[in-house]
Amino acid sequence: MHPAPSVIVFTTLSGLGFGLLFFLGLGLPDVSGWVAFVFFAIGFGLAVGGLLASTFHLGHPERAMKAFSQWRSSWLSREGVAAVAALATMGLYAAGVIFLDTRIAVLGWIGALLSLATVYATSMIYAQLKTVPRWKTALTPALLMSISLAGGALLAGQIALAQILLPIAAVIQVIWWVRGDGALQGSGTDMASATGLGPIGDVRAFEPPHTGTNYLLRELVFQVGRKHALKVRVVAVLLGFILPLLLIFIPYAHVSVLVAVILHLMGIAASRWLFFAEAEHVVGLYYGKR
Amino acid sequence: MTTLPESTTRKLGLVIDLDTCVGCHACVVSCKGWNTENYGAPLSDQNAYDGAGSGTFLNRVHSYEVQPLATSEMPHPAAQLIHFPKSCLHCEDAPCVTVCPTGASYKRVEDGIVLVNESDCIGCGLCAWACPYGARELDAAEGVMKKCTLCVDRIYNENLPEVDRAPACVRTCPAGARHFGDFADPESNVSKLTAERGGMDLMPEQETKPVNKYLPPRPKDQMDHAGDIDILAPFLEPVMEEPKGFLGWLDKALEKI
Repeated sequence: MHPAPSVIVFTTLSGLGFGLLFFLGLGLPDVSGWVAFVFFAIGFGLAVGGLLASTFHLGHPERAMKAFSQWRSSWLSREGVAAVAALATMGLYAAGVIFLDTRIAVLGWIGALLSLATVYATSMIYAQLKTVPRWKTALTPALLMSISLAGGALLAGQIALAQILLPIAAVIQVIWWVRGDGALQGSGTDMASATGLGPIGDVRAFEPPHTGTNYLLRELVFQVGRKHALKVRVVAVLLGFILPLLLIFIPYAHVSVLVAVILHLMGIAASRWLFFAEAEHVVGLYYGKR
Repeated sequence: MTTLPESTTRKLGLVIDLDTCVGCHACVVSCKGWNTENYGAPLSDQNAYDGAGSGTFLNRVHSYEVQPLATSEMPHPAAQLIHFPKSCLHCEDAPCVTVCPTGASYKRVEDGIVLVNESDCIGCGLCAWACPYGARELDAAEGVMKKCTLCVDRIYNENLPEVDRAPACVRTCPAGARHFGDFADPESNVSKLTAERGGMDLMPEQETKPVNKYLPPRPKDQMDHAGDIDILAPFLEPVMEEPKGFLGWLDKALEKI
């Protein structure tokens, strides 16, 4: 799949933002006034910034409001609805905490759940697609949610929690990669089933339908850069999980946590790039590119 | 609403005969011609006159080489070249429809055609991700998703002569490799063809239940036995071994020189 920068930025930032909002909704850390304002501003900035980035890849962003209508069937629509609900609920809760110095706990819990639900809906947009065997697994929501929670805990300064959540996310990440590498082969979809010509013999793409490229090849059959996949994986694990973990074991200091957050974000962006760049869409089989 | 209908009254679709298709791409051209100037946004091309041309097509013809396995009778079987037209299969369980966040994609209850309401499409591309067949292409100029409409503006069009009320690809195919009809009717031409020739689904494991069926290529004629190689050979045997008359004299005269 084409690793569109808008989608990588969106899933990385909004995942981290909603992770932070989740902990803020639970009252972790229990802050008020200006400190709370800064925390909520970061959470909202990341979540909203990510959502805005996601509209950049639309053909008609001016019609984006229509995307809230199909929540009964579409995970993309559910994501939009959940995101707005989470942001509205957390907005009310934040106003109480910042301006009135009153924490309406129930509102915070609902906001936290909705934040988590938004990340789940995002992950299901990918996990629902049978056409991309690497994504079509319950491990995909587990991966995106564990990363969101680990990053959120890190950003919320919940060091003890981050020390547990980061290794969990790292393990899920590695399992997701190992499973993903055999996913296309295990899916049962190959050139024989794609063309139905398998019963005659070995099928080979002889001529593509056109001499140039097309939307399908650009969007779904991305292949450049996969040769560096292993190196990028190592970078993603080092930056995303191992270095932040080492940094937060240093006696607690704001600077080291800040560096840990930045490294974590860079690592997750690398992991998210691979998430798209390595994902094989079965339509590539028709072009003999799998 | 982007949920799928429980069932459709009719199941309009195509039968594509892989045995007959000669790979001329006439269906590609006629499809682009009709659909760029009728229903919905035109099918745009980008950089059509330089080296990096690209454009939107609703129907494309691939070509595959299939190498039959060697047997003791046929140690070196010849490979077969199979032309493979591919357009929307108007699936019963169309994954492209249910993923649509705006309700722009829908499957019609009356005839099962999968369509895009272009004024509702936000161009997110998720339906193209959900389709295993590559049947949907986002138009680079219009920013909306384009797909085969089964020429919905031809098949019911009473301004056209009846013979033309078929999808442009079917109407134009010079080899008769494309057939249009109602799969819900067991007596229709497409149902009968599918039954007779073992019409198959593409990627059945994706569980999309495609309506369109593909007829597999028939086995090729075999002419490997010595006597079969040239059935006309006996008629070309020399009828006279020894020349007579003038040619006989010439033959003998030339021998002597």
